[in-house]
Amino acid sequence: MKKVYLDNNSTTPILPEVRDVMLPYLAEHFGNPSCLHEWGDPPREALETARNQVADLIGGAPEEIIFTGSGTESNNFAVKGLAMANQKKGKHVVVSAIEHFSVLNSAKTLEKMGFTYSTVAVDKYGVVDPENVRKAIRDDTIMVSIMQANGEIGTLEPIKEIGKITKEKGVVFHTDAVATAGTIPLNVKELGVDALSLASNMFYGPKGVGALWLRKGTRITPLLDGGIQEGGRRAGTENVAGIVGMGKAAELAKTHIAVRNEHLTRLRDRLLKELPARISRVMITGHPQNRLPGHASFCVEFIEGESMLMLLNSQGVAVTSGSACTSRALLASHVLLAMGLPHEIAQGSLLFGFGMSNTMEDVDYVLDVLPPIVDRLRQMSPLYSKFVKQSKGG
Amino acid sequence: MPIYSEKVMEHFMHPRNVGEIENADGIGEEGNPVCGDMMTFYIKVKGNRLEDVKFKTFGCGAAIAVSSMVSEMAKGKTIAEAMKITPKSVADMLEGLPKNKFHCSNLGAQALHKAIEDYQNKQKAGGKA
Repeated sequence: MKKVYLDNNSTTPILPEVRDVMLPYLAEHFGNPSCLHEWGDPPREALETARNQVADLIGGAPEEIIFTGSGTESNNFAVKGLAMANQKKGKHVVVSAIEHFSVLNSAKTLEKMGFTYSTVAVDKYGVVDPENVRKAIRDDTIMVSIMQANGEIGTLEPIKEIGKITKEKGVVFHTDAVATAGTIPLNVKELGVDALSLASNMFYGPKGVGALWLRKGTRITPLLDGGIQEGGRRAGTENVAGIVGMGKAAELAKTHIAVRNEHLTRLRDRLLKELPARISRVMITGHPQNRLPGHASFCVEFIEGESMLMLLNSQGVAVTSGSACTSRALLASHVLLAMGLPHEIAQGSLLFGFGMSNTMEDVDYVLDVLPPIVDRLRQMSPLYSKFVKQSKGG
Repeated sequence: MPIYSEKVMEHFMHPRNVGEIENADGIGEEGNPVCGDMMTFYIKVKGNRLEDVKFKTFGCGAAIAVSSMVSEMAKGKTIAEAMKITPKSVADMLEGLPKNKFHCSNLGAQALHKAIEDYQNKQKAGGKA
């Protein structure tokens, strides 16, 4: 059977070139980079190479890169660490309603520690209005954290505009760039942010490694107490092989970003255009144009996302959904609800994340197999039969 | 390991008794789209037996498999026997359900019981044979 992986928003595969550079650090170069004997030299040098590669990807300086264990850790570190380091100035932080749970739940944890936070709403496309960020900033606000793009709806946020406001107000600005770093060209100086989170597995690097870029001179309180790895900001023996892989993946991303995006945008645009033409009552979620290059997301009315996902899987297609049933917590996506979608429509969420291995043939395959799946589930759906009866009656 | 048992997958891929019964003797609805699953059961009663059982379900793989299994377990049974079907017996027949799906998706027995109650209420009200 044809196999089509369209879940690159969950993770991209590891490129063979990336895996190859990692392997020596899982074999002969096993040494601890903190050690002064010769076993420590190759891994220590490899860490610095990777630091340069990651810094280069986002236009930062190598000493501003702190390697972490994931995008989630980077977000936790930024939100909690920046708030704690600045708490003498105030105890209020601002986030958007569609942040990843690693940011939202960090804000909730801060609340338990005596901080408060405000949530900025989004419009129907999931866009944050910078003026609403301005309004949310108070005298005691110390930090703003708004993501550069949401992985569930693909919408790109006006980070530069928000950066101007936070600069004017003298507030630290963090952006979760897990969905964008390595995917779209970005430069920390142009964005006007003070901290930016990245995750290696979103751009063809290994899982279990991320980074936080922190503008030189920005104070942060470490999450982990221990040794002086990463300049004393992230204790613990480094995941050398993972970091080396992230470095190589960053280098490749920087080199190939334009070619990748041209390819991904073509696939995305065809699916965004054709799926609503072939299936009735389907809506695009997120911004129709201003979105991640490989990202297409929809809500299919009258049916539920997990059952679509499972039937697509039975045809060899891997996708994901923001429906309640798909989440382990059994809650509909907070992102879709924040955009004002009613629960029953949010339940029909379906996300496609294209990657470099995908072809136009894969899009055609989805366009062939999905309409009968939708039809089959709608024939089973009490919501659909109510809709049909109402349309006949009306 | 896949999250669903082979039995759940088999019922999900090939659900039994999908549809509606015209002039059904009883209709029962359970769940709502907010929690993600919603099931409607239709029954046709002859004598004291469920001569026919059909369902329509909006929901995840587990919800569809549960509905299919309940319809199969109930069809041809007496009303008293059908009232003894429980979420637990349905889950057992399906060789288990993921823990987090046991409560929200396992609404088939309740929907069936509501259909039976609907039938019984109509009987009382109309005195229909």
